[in-house]
Amino acid sequence: MTSIKAVSLTRKFDNITAVDDLSFEVPEGEIFGLVGPDGAGKTTTMRLLTGILEPTSGEGWVYGKHIVKESESLKDNIGYMSQRFGLYEDLTVMENVNFYADIYCVSGNERSDRIEKLLGFSGLTPFKGRLAGKLSGGMKQKLGLACALIHTPKVLFLDEPTNGVDPVSRRDFWKILYNLLKEKVTIFYATSYLDEAERCKRVGLIHKGKMLRCDVPDKIKEEFKAKTLEEAFIKIINEWESHAGK
Amino acid sequence: MPENNTVAVTSLEKKFGNFTAVNRINFEVSGGEIFGFLGPNGAGKSTTIRMLCGIISPTSGSGKVGGFDIIKEQGKIKQNIGYMSQRFSLYDDLTVEENIDFYSGIYRVPKDEKQARKEKIIGLAGLEAFRHRLTSTLSGGWKQRLALGCAIIHKPKIIFLDEPTSGVDPITRNNFWAIIKDMARNGITVFVTTHYMDEAENCGRMALIYKGSIIAMGTPEEMKTKIMKNTVLDIRVAKGEDWLDKIETLKGVEEAALFGVSIHAVVKDERAAIDAIKDIFKRSGLKDYKVTKIKATLEDVFVSLIEDYDKEHDESKKS
Ligand SMILES: Nc1ncnc2c1ncn2[C@@H]1O[C@H](COP(=O)(O)OP(=O)(O)OP(=O)(O)O)[C@@H](O)[C@H]1O
Ligand SMILES: Nc1ncnc2c1ncn2[C@@H]1O[C@H](COP(=O)(O)OP(=O)(O)OP(=O)(O)O)[C@@H](O)[C@H]1O
Ligand SMILES: [Mg+2]
Ligand SMILES: [Mg+2]
Repeated sequence: MTSIKAVSLTRKFDNITAVDDLSFEVPEGEIFGLVGPDGAGKTTTMRLLTGILEPTSGEGWVYGKHIVKESESLKDNIGYMSQRFGLYEDLTVMENVNFYADIYCVSGNERSDRIEKLLGFSGLTPFKGRLAGKLSGGMKQKLGLACALIHTPKVLFLDEPTNGVDPVSRRDFWKILYNLLKEKVTIFYATSYLDEAERCKRVGLIHKGKMLRCDVPDKIKEEFKAKTLEEAFIKIINEWESHAGK
Repeated sequence: MPENNTVAVTSLEKKFGNFTAVNRINFEVSGGEIFGFLGPNGAGKSTTIRMLCGIISPTSGSGKVGGFDIIKEQGKIKQNIGYMSQRFSLYDDLTVEENIDFYSGIYRVPKDEKQARKEKIIGLAGLEAFRHRLTSTLSGGWKQRLALGCAIIHKPKIIFLDEPTSGVDPITRNNFWAIIKDMARNGITVFVTTHYMDEAENCGRMALIYKGSIIAMGTPEEMKTKIMKNTVLDIRVAKGEDWLDKIETLKGVEEAALFGVSIHAVVKDERAAIDAIKDIFKRSGLKDYKVTKIKATLEDVFVSLIEDYDKEHDESKKS
């Protein structure tokens, strides 16, 4: 089953085309990586697919729901962690987690198991009573992740979730993601860490709003005779720029 | 001794209530050095930087930054250093140019130099096309570039960068580091934090702080050799994520994680661990795999030191 489908998705802001004619599909249970330089259009794409922003033209479906016409019911199936997650700085760690567990109607054993697991990964167990506003930058980021992962959505959108997260926690976070994939959750993952992109089933490279390449990481590397994705992406972008410039 | 670009702290401590965020740390940074301050989330990096920049006062201990006392001369420090905080310090409702003008104003950049510096910064950050754009509409990575530019507009002798490259794309990260190295070559002292261990390779020296204490300090090379006590094995196997649990729970394996596409396993006894790993592959009839000993990366060292520290301290608690 197709979990995410975009057809000629386009979004303009005044004279900037932030997302330019994107078409792609992500099957259920896949982790799809979205990478691209700063300002490429990753966040805008996420906002379109989560029904927060309307496209200027084009269409999209997420878990069968149309991103404009069904933007409300679409939200029942998805989880979204934005680049700057909305924590309540005047609530404690535990109050924030409970707040999101309530919103998503997570209860009973599932609730306590989840909370324990997520606070464990984030290293926040000793700081349950601390105000979120008093946490360090990375601790806030991890609390945001814990809140976003408190329920199991059908499709999970993560916008650069590991920015500011230390290497130890980043490893633990990926273990959680692999477990979600086993439960058939579809993950749409924007990142500027290319080692994380390598672990995605497929990656899409966007630049200036356009999808320049979308494939399995190994194939992309092979095609461009590159050792790393970073090397391949630099080649792809340079090649594209030299054509576009003419 | 000229000390207008050095940093030194003695027994520096910061408590919030009865929680110790920074626990009596000592270090020195010489002029023109790139000093990396690494550590897990909540280790005390930003708190230390805030004390060094004269934003908060230590609860005990002392320190000097650029020859100024971090307790008695906080104003002087702020005027003479550059500081890029972890959270955006920009005004969202100003344009790119207006933000730069604002910072050159508060840092009292001489009038006849303002324009030239502004152009330099815009060029450096690659913001030419965005100069009249409202900061709120810039993408995350662009904001970060602008923040770096604003932090160095007054050509400070010492600069504190708290995760300057967080959320910045790989190409721009390389540019950032080219700028940082260039500053150091010109005698500017750079104190920098990052969670990207590949970037930390660029530091002359680094300290690893954990739970408020400095637990290791040295050059990148020293960290990977003298300070690293464990061996790292690189395991190449299809669908690495499916093997991770099995390998991690093997006796003799301290830690296993995906590293790009291969698995890195940190082990104490190399021979025994290699045999044990090969054994689980053999038993499931798998032939296509490769296990090799490799030189530890900084990320391996980082994770290994943290885990060892936790183990030691858990045990000492129990006994
Ligand atoms: N509300 C807005 N008004 C005007 N321009 C916008 C707005 N939102 C985004 N943009 C512009 O659209 C382009 C794409 O931005 P977007 O935030 O999607 O990039 P990104 O790929 O997420 O970048 P980063 O990796 O830096 O977060 C950028 O040029 C950005 O400045
Ligand atoms: N004002 C405060 N009140 C109480 N605790 C605080 C305050 N400021 C910081 N802390 C605590 O001090 C510890 C160290 O925080 P700090 O911000 O220095 O960490 P860090 O090493 O910079 O982490 P990160 O990598 O996540 O940025 C954390 O446990 C944090 O919650
Ligand atoms: Mg973004
Ligand atoms: Mg910090």
